[in-house]
Amino acid sequence: MIMPDALPASTLRAETRRAATPHAATRRELLLGSGALFAWAHVPRIARAEGRDPRFLAIVLRGALDGLAAVAPVGDPDWIKLRGDNGLKLDGDTKALPLDGFFALNPAMPNLYRLYKAGQATIVHAAATPYRERSHFDGQDVLESGLAGVGRADSGWLNRALVALEPGGRVDPRGRRTFAVGPITPLVVRGPAPVLSWVPPRGTPVSDETTMRLLDLYRHTDPTLAQVLEDRVGLAALARAGGIERKPEDQGPVVQVGGIEQVRAYFAEASGAAAKFLASADGPRVGALALDGWDTHVNEGAVKGRLAALLGALDGALAAIEKGMGPAWSETVVVLVTEFGRTARVNGTEGTDHGTATVALLAGGALKGGRVVADWPGVKEADLHEKRDLKATTDLRAVLKRLLKDHLRLDDAVLAADIFPDSAAVRPMGGLVG
Amino acid sequence: VAARVARLREEEAKRVAAESGMAGAMEAKAEMAPEAAKPPTAQAPTPPAQTVPQQIFFAEAKAHFDAAITAEIGFVERLVWFWSNHFCVNADDTVMAGGYEREAIRPHVLGHFVDLLQAAEGHPAMLLYLTNTLSMGPNSVAGINRTRGLNENLAREILELHTLGVRTGYTQDDVTSFAKVITGWTILPTDSNPDHGGEFLFHRRLHEPGPQTVIGKSYRDTGVEQGRAVLADLARHPATATHIAVKLARHFVADDPPPALVALLTQRFNETEGDLWEVSKALVTAPESWSEERVKIKRPSEWNVALLRAARFAGDIRAIVPGLNRLGEPLWRPPSPRGFPDDNAAWLDGLSHRLDIANNFAQRNGDRLDAAAMLETALGPLASKETRRAVARAETKPQALTLMLMAPEFQWR
Repeated sequence: MIMPDALPASTLRAETRRAATPHAATRRELLLGSGALFAWAHVPRIARAEGRDPRFLAIVLRGALDGLAAVAPVGDPDWIKLRGDNGLKLDGDTKALPLDGFFALNPAMPNLYRLYKAGQATIVHAAATPYRERSHFDGQDVLESGLAGVGRADSGWLNRALVALEPGGRVDPRGRRTFAVGPITPLVVRGPAPVLSWVPPRGTPVSDETTMRLLDLYRHTDPTLAQVLEDRVGLAALARAGGIERKPEDQGPVVQVGGIEQVRAYFAEASGAAAKFLASADGPRVGALALDGWDTHVNEGAVKGRLAALLGALDGALAAIEKGMGPAWSETVVVLVTEFGRTARVNGTEGTDHGTATVALLAGGALKGGRVVADWPGVKEADLHEKRDLKATTDLRAVLKRLLKDHLRLDDAVLAADIFPDSAAVRPMGGLVG
Repeated sequence: VAARVARLREEEAKRVAAESGMAGAMEAKAEMAPEAAKPPTAQAPTPPAQTVPQQIFFAEAKAHFDAAITAEIGFVERLVWFWSNHFCVNADDTVMAGGYEREAIRPHVLGHFVDLLQAAEGHPAMLLYLTNTLSMGPNSVAGINRTRGLNENLAREILELHTLGVRTGYTQDDVTSFAKVITGWTILPTDSNPDHGGEFLFHRRLHEPGPQTVIGKSYRDTGVEQGRAVLADLARHPATATHIAVKLARHFVADDPPPALVALLTQRFNETEGDLWEVSKALVTAPESWSEERVKIKRPSEWNVALLRAARFAGDIRAIVPGLNRLGEPLWRPPSPRGFPDDNAAWLDGLSHRLDIANNFAQRNGDRLDAAAMLETALGPLASKETRRAVARAETKPQALTLMLMAPEFQWR
C-alpha cells in the first residue's frame, strides 16, 4: 500500500497546473513568509557585520570510532606491539599516509589527506568528552548535549549555540532554524531553535494545494504539527531553488541498510545534500547529521576490512561536502565527532570494545589546518586509561568551544555557561581557525 | 520455506563456525570478510526476483504485519512490538530476525519476564547480533589454543539495555565477568549436525572455566546454567523492575510517564516476580492509560497499520517495507541495540515524509475509498469539526484521503 509506483508524468503535470482556489491567497502568504524565514537570521549577526558568512556542520559518528584505526601513532615505539598486523603501518602492502612524522592517516581517506596537505583539515587526537563510562547511548547524549555529564539531555550544544548567536531578540525566533538530514533528528541540533529536517524526497510529490490545506487544518487544530509542516514547505522551496530535488522514479531506500555500497551512497548523499542547503543563499548556516556503523566489536578490519571501507565512505562524504559547498567551502568548518574511542588493544574477536579517547576530525576551508593536535599519552599499558583505553588528554569541548568562538563568534561566557555548561575550566584550544 | 530456513541456518552456522574457528574443517573460511559471507538481506522495493533470504524476510514481515492489521484488539500485538524493540536484533546481521520475534518474543509477552529474557538472550539471532557467537573465554580450551578471546558486547547490553538499565551500579568488572559467564553461548555448526545447525549450542570448549562474580554475587561454573543463573537474578533485580516499568509507561502513555503509574507497574512487577500478564493488566487498567489527552505520536509502523485498518486493506508487504525504510523505522533494523527511540521528538520531524506516503497512497486508492466514511470508522467522535470540514471540502477524492490520513487526530494516540 505504501510507496506505489510513480505516477505517469502527465498526472504530475496536471497536478501542478491545477487552477488556483480560494485557498491560493493563504498559500502565497505562506510561501512568502517561509521564504523570508530562510532569508534572514541564519547568518550569525557579528560574523555578518565582518562581511563573513560562516557555515558549520557537525557530523556525529555513532557507535564509537576507533581513533587509533583512523589516525595511528606510527612513530610511537609501542604501537606495533599494541596492534600488530591489525595496526596501520607506513610500510607493508597497505601503506598509511604520513601526517607529521609521528601520526599517519588511514589510507582509505585520500580526500581527507589532500585537505590536510592543503591546510584545510586538522586532526585532534587522544580527545574525549568528559564522559568516562562506556555506554554508547549515555556517551552520545553527553557528546551531543554538551553537558558535563550524564543528565537530562533534551537539547544539543549546536542548537543552543544558534539561539545564543542573536541575543536581544531582534530577530523573530521562529525564523531561526538549525538543519538536520535524515528522518530522525540528532540530539545535537534539537532544542529551543526549531529544526529543519530533510530527507531526499522520493515518490510522487505532494501538490502545494494539498500541503496548504493540511497546513491550514493544522494551524487551526494542532500548533505542534503546524510548525513541523511549515518547515517542510520552506525546505521544499529551498530544495527546488537549489536543484536538490530528486527524480520521482528514484525510490531506493533512504535509510542506510545492507552492504557497503549503500552505506557509501547514503553517506555521500546525506552529506552532500547538507552542504548544498548550507551553501544556498537563503539556507540555514548551521546543521548536523549522524552517520552510523562504527561499533566494531568483531573483525574490525582497520587496514583492509570493514572499518577501512567505512572510513572510505566517510572520506567520500567529505568530498561530497566540499563539492556541495562550492565557493562557501572557504567559510566552512565541518567537525566529525564520536561518543568515545575503543579499547587500545584488539579484543578476542579481532575487534575492539568500548573505550575512551579517540580522534576528532576537522575539515573546511576556514580552518588553519595541516596539523595533528595531540598531547600524546602513549600506548604502554601503564599509560592507558584503566589499563585498556587510550587516555584522554584533550577535552573535546576545548575544541568545540574554540570553533564556535572563532568561527561563529560566540563569546566565552556564553560558551562556558549555556553551550557547554560547567565548562569554564575547559579552556578553548588555540589556533584552529584561520 | 522451512527447508530453506534450515539451509540458511546452516550457512549462517557455517559462517560462525568458520569465524570462531570452532570446527577444524572450517578453518579455510576463517579469513573470509564478514560482508562476503553475510547473506544478503531484503532491501530493494521491487526486485525482479527475490533471493531466498529476501523471501524469508518478506514472509516473516508479512506475518508480523498481518497479525497487527487483522487483530480484533491490537494491544497484544503492540506488546509484541514493544518487547521486540526492547530486545531488538538487526536483520542486517541475521536472516533469523523475524523468526526471533516469533520464537523468542511472541510466546512470552504475557508470560514471565525471566522466560522472555532467557529466550531472547539465548536465541541464535541475539547471539549473532551482539556477537557472542565469537566470544571465547581467555582460559577456555579454545581460548588457550587460539588467538581469539572475550567479546563483552552482549553482556554489556544485557545489563544496560535489557535488564538493569544504565547507571544502576554495575561496573566494568561486572561486564567483563558476565561476558566470561556467557562464553560458550553460541550456535550449532552444521557439519556435525545437519538437522539442527544454527540452533543454540552451549559449547564447553569456548566457556571460561571457574566461578565468576557478577554484581557482588559469586556464580559457580555450572556450564550453561551459570549464565542462566545470572539472567534469573537480573530478572528479579529491583532495578530491572523500574527500568521495565518506565519503558512500558513511556511507550504506552507519555514521554514523561506519570510517576504514580511507574510506581504501580514497578510494584506489580516486583510482587509478581515479573509476571507480564499482571504487569500488562495493571497498565491497561490504570487511569493514566485512559487520559483523554492523546500525547504520543504514532510511530510510522503504528500509523501505517492504522491507515490499513481504516482503509480495510490487507496491505502489501512489498510496499510497507520500503515505506517504513523511508519513514526512518525500517522493520527489524533499529539504528542501535537500544532499539528505535520512543519519544515524540524523534518522530515528529518525519511528519512530512508521512505526507509523501499518504499522498502516494491516496493517488492510487483515493478514487475507490470514501475518506469521510473512513474518518467515521477510524476516529468517530475523535474527529474535530475542522477535520471533517477539510475532508468534506477537499478538491478531489485523493486529496480528501490525504487530509484524512494526515489529520492531527490520526497522528496521535
